[in-house]
Amino acid sequence: MSITVIQEANEIERTIRRLAHEVIENNQGTSELILIGILTRGATLAERIATEIGNFENVQIPTGALDIVLHRDDLKMSGPAPKLQKSTIPKSLDGMTVVLVDDVLYTGRTCRAALDALMNYGRPASVRLAVYIDRGHRELPIRPDFIGRNIPTAPNQSILVELNEIDGVDRVSVIEEEL
Amino acid sequence: MPTQSKSDKSEPTKSEPAIWLRKDLLDTADLNLADFNLIFETTDAMIEVRERPIARTTTLRGTTLATLFYENSTRTRASFEIAGKALGADVVNLSASQSSVGKGESLIDTVRTLEAIGADILVLRHPLSGASTLASKYTNASVINAGDGMHAHPTQALLDLFTIKQHLGELSGRKIVIVGDILHSRVARSNIWALLTLGAQITLCGPATLLPKYFTQHKSDLQNVTVTTNLKTALSNADVVMTLRLQKERQRNSIIPSLSEYIRNYQINNDTIALAKSTAIVMHPGPVNAGFEISQEVAEGKQSVISAQVTNGVAIRMALLYLFATRTTDFPA
Amino acid sequence: MNNILIRGGRIFDPGNQLDLYGDLLMVNGFVSEISQHIEAKNAQIIPAEGCIVTAGFIDLHCHLREPGFEQKGTIASETKAALESGFTTICSMPNTDPTPDNASALQGLKEKILSDSHIRVLPVAATTQGRAGLILSEISELVAAGCVAFSDDGNPIESGLIMRRALETAGSLGIPIAEHSDDPSLSNNGVMNEGYISERLGLIGQPSAAETSAVARNIEICALTKAPLHLMHLTSARSLELVADAKAAGLPITCEVTPSHLYLTEDAVGGDNLVNEPAYDTAAKINPPLRSEADRQALLAGVNAGIIDAIATDHAPHASEEKLQEFSKAPFGISCLETALATITTLTNRGELDFEAALKALTAGPAAAFRLQEGLGKLTPNLSKDVTIFDANEQWIVDAHQFTSMGKNSPLHGYELTGRVKKVIYDGILSWSRESTT
Repeated sequence: MSITVIQEANEIERTIRRLAHEVIENNQGTSELILIGILTRGATLAERIATEIGNFENVQIPTGALDIVLHRDDLKMSGPAPKLQKSTIPKSLDGMTVVLVDDVLYTGRTCRAALDALMNYGRPASVRLAVYIDRGHRELPIRPDFIGRNIPTAPNQSILVELNEIDGVDRVSVIEEEL
Repeated sequence: MPTQSKSDKSEPTKSEPAIWLRKDLLDTADLNLADFNLIFETTDAMIEVRERPIARTTTLRGTTLATLFYENSTRTRASFEIAGKALGADVVNLSASQSSVGKGESLIDTVRTLEAIGADILVLRHPLSGASTLASKYTNASVINAGDGMHAHPTQALLDLFTIKQHLGELSGRKIVIVGDILHSRVARSNIWALLTLGAQITLCGPATLLPKYFTQHKSDLQNVTVTTNLKTALSNADVVMTLRLQKERQRNSIIPSLSEYIRNYQINNDTIALAKSTAIVMHPGPVNAGFEISQEVAEGKQSVISAQVTNGVAIRMALLYLFATRTTDFPA
Repeated sequence: MNNILIRGGRIFDPGNQLDLYGDLLMVNGFVSEISQHIEAKNAQIIPAEGCIVTAGFIDLHCHLREPGFEQKGTIASETKAALESGFTTICSMPNTDPTPDNASALQGLKEKILSDSHIRVLPVAATTQGRAGLILSEISELVAAGCVAFSDDGNPIESGLIMRRALETAGSLGIPIAEHSDDPSLSNNGVMNEGYISERLGLIGQPSAAETSAVARNIEICALTKAPLHLMHLTSARSLELVADAKAAGLPITCEVTPSHLYLTEDAVGGDNLVNEPAYDTAAKINPPLRSEADRQALLAGVNAGIIDAIATDHAPHASEEKLQEFSKAPFGISCLETALATITTLTNRGELDFEAALKALTAGPAAAFRLQEGLGKLTPNLSKDVTIFDANEQWIVDAHQFTSMGKNSPLHGYELTGRVKKVIYDGILSWSRESTT
């Protein structure tokens, strides 16, 4: 097994800053905007992006955290079900522009589950998808609106995004298994 | 290192996920601390689901839940039904009178028939102790005991403990008082085993004829259990007062001298609840006999968490259905 | 050849105070000679090295179920099981249908026994009509028809007056009343022993006091009438204390205990570890119930001290579906014949039971308690015709599904026990032999 580090802390900081600007530019401002991160690391990223937006727009964008386990399509397939975490969505999503945030976009099934979950909270005006890494190999017609880095991968590779708040370090790595 | 599966979220986090491995839930006595924590954490998530504008998911789509009730109960059965439907399961309700049980079909035959027609999870309530244990041995479906005779009512105890945790935080060291007909109560039994595992101090209080005689003499586990007929000593410094429903039939075979004597000595009302801590909460498994074991004022008063118990009941049952439906012994290689 | 030479065993006959390694010769069906070495021509040789050779066992308390309950057992099936278990004489209990509470019913039963039974069956007649405890049966008619004792087994005689009359009437004929001692209001439809386990399992229990208070009453009435009283299946320490006092006072009291109560406790119903497996085991549901370890120890001591006259199986076969129900609904009873000897020898091997006392309680003790004909329960030359040969050290695992009895309801299924019957000579003929491959 080999590990290749492709981003360190300062590069991550710059990527997040760019993503924050793209989100605001696309929304033409901060109104009716809410960032909802997919637990666990997506939620942390959503917080960071919101903080960044706060720095240059001086506005506190609401954030939320979404647990998508209950909406997954593969619960009985691959071992014991993961532990449920509690979603925190601070307000109704009716009429809001929701930006879903996740660390790695792969098959697209997590995003589909997240869209399903979002529908429990109201009827957003629109939903955008912000992913830190897009590693390819989509199995569903899901397309991200905001991408941190495009990293095409082989099936025996995976992407590990580590964030200081959770993992004690900011680092993005590509992990390759023996074939 | 586990091979990467197609599911994006299967990377192990820092702590190993707790796993539900039990085929059945027959009593809280079978659960260890890890089980309780897993159930409570899952329930927390379900509470949030219930608060959503659209309070349901399709997680248990394709799972069939069958409720088999040999005893009447609107609230427990409805609670399971709502829980199942909130997770998108198919729910089938059977009661003894309408099924062929009325024609003398044995419990085991009935359970096997339900399994053959596709029930994955069976919720069983029965008037005889040990019925759920018996059923669980003869079906591959998961059996959730919704109350068997005087023996156990684990989902009630789980929602009771969850409610206590919600209001008072950690259970360890807390003084929990259970008042009423302990001897014949499956709710009391399941609560006792659960509270012991979670480190609480338990006081059982009621008339001498309605108290267990052998519990506390037996094992060292039970040194955290006190038994008394004196309500004042029982309630002193209590954090939680759990009242049990008084079955009025008990008066008939002189097991209690009279209802009024019971009320005089054991009713939880404004005067008696004042003996407990001012922060104490009052609980009841329902349905409440207002004016008997508990006064209307206290049942509806600010210390009462009875309606929280009912709400939590749905969430606890959703959590259990989720854990049973996703239970697997297949682990990725 | 009607001569049998049993060679090289340990001939152990507590009834005749005999314990000798050697040979036993049977001539024309009777025990003839016992000594260290016997030469015999024209005799069927039965090797018994490493085995115990003793009188055919006697069971004072056995439920054959026929007539009336043939789905649970028949005279043919249960006496075959008894024979294979070393029992050559058993007493059949009267909770059949029709009840043997009159001479013609008893006659009908005797005819069926004659045609179907594999061993000697001595019928016990019902003390009261229909075993309802209200009106005495035709006591002298039944004695004349050949009953060996009276009992309402299953039911206690609730009325002290009826018990008195029964003892007086049967006693005048020298026949004992065998009583199931119980106060039904105290046992209160309990399904197991009242104690920690019944409380934990949420089952109504029978307190020991239900038995002991009835034992005390029965002893007092025995003292009043001086008539022979046999107390069946005692289960609690306090009952034994009462019996010991009564015997010391010279009362004509005898008593029995089951091998199940010597071997098991209430734990067999639901293990004492706050975990459900293997709880609510209906195979362990018996009336009177299995009690505490302290009670079991008292019963063992009672056998060892000779206070208990007989180990009687209370063999109670049931159809399997009947036991496959909720605990409170399942019928009481343990299918006990085929594990009887092994539980006893396992206990003697562990040192909990005294070998001589236990063996006496299977042979001479019961013969004396029911005043059976001379020769039964002993190896008396020219009188005795039944011999049981067993290996006290053979280990085996109980498989209730393989029982000869129709009742597979045994709480010992899967247990490893020590002690096995090898051959049985009944009425002078080698009637059963365990193949060496089984």
